[in-house]
Amino acid sequence: MAVAEQHKSGVGKYMVVYLCILAIAALQFVIAYSAITASQMFTRMLFLAVIEAALALLYFMHLADNHGLLWFVVIFTVFVLLAMQYGWTDSFRALGGAPWAK
Amino acid sequence: MSQADMTMTGHSGLMEKPAFSVPAKKMAMWLFIIADTATFAGCLVAYGFIRNATPDWPRPFHSITNVAIMTFILVTSSITMLFAIDAARAGDKVKALRWTLITAGAGALFALLHIREWLALIDEGMTLFKNPWGTGLFGSAFFSITGLHLLHVTCGVIALVAVGLRYKGGRYNADDLEITGLYWHFVDLVWMFVVPLVYLLNLAH
Repeated sequence: MAVAEQHKSGVGKYMVVYLCILAIAALQFVIAYSAITASQMFTRMLFLAVIEAALALLYFMHLADNHGLLWFVVIFTVFVLLAMQYGWTDSFRALGGAPWAK
Repeated sequence: MSQADMTMTGHSGLMEKPAFSVPAKKMAMWLFIIADTATFAGCLVAYGFIRNATPDWPRPFHSITNVAIMTFILVTSSITMLFAIDAARAGDKVKALRWTLITAGAGALFALLHIREWLALIDEGMTLFKNPWGTGLFGSAFFSITGLHLLHVTCGVIALVAVGLRYKGGRYNADDLEITGLYWHFVDLVWMFVVPLVYLLNLAH
């Protein structure tokens, strides 16, 4: 069977995901003009950005079709990001000054 | 495995299956993406700490028009990349190249808009170390993060043109185009975090 005959197009699915990502991005712009505190704004925008990223990862980057790779990428990335948190506590200390140095 | 079997099947029977049934080149791209995620996360979290700890943090952006257009172009370029991969999987080389070049064109347009925005900010007196609105750290953070992203976009545009042309010429296959596409989607994905954190949270009200 030729490659072209075997191929199944996913254009419809891609268009739905594309429109969802655009809608979520538009929502972020609306939030930017809403009368809420900076921390509320930050939380809402970050939450929407994570949803956008998840949609792109699952459907644009095809992780939804390969569960093994999906778990590998998610666990590995989360581990790397959490490992980085080890250093951030030092950043907090730098902001307030080292307590034992006072 | 006997010598006869080796002759019949080649060495493929002795080879291990690739991890997660993903070809080695694609796996290498995923590992690069994970590493690059750490790079951008490091930059953005460090930026968050600095911003949070600085009382006179400037909010210089008066309009979202430019960043909205840039976001639209980059997200749209992701779908044109998918069209290119779809055409390549269907064996249509001309269509695949056309969509790849459209994607690269969108990336180039994004880069031009970005540079125009940089020039406008520089015109208003913003440099890496000072600006007229508040702490000089803003310029360093803004140019570092958006500059790193712009560098990724520029590399992506070059890669798309090079891989697209070589795919058309028969030196690369649809898998290679898909791997380049993974990189391009990643560049788009990073922008989804840069926009709210660097632009929208610094909007002048």
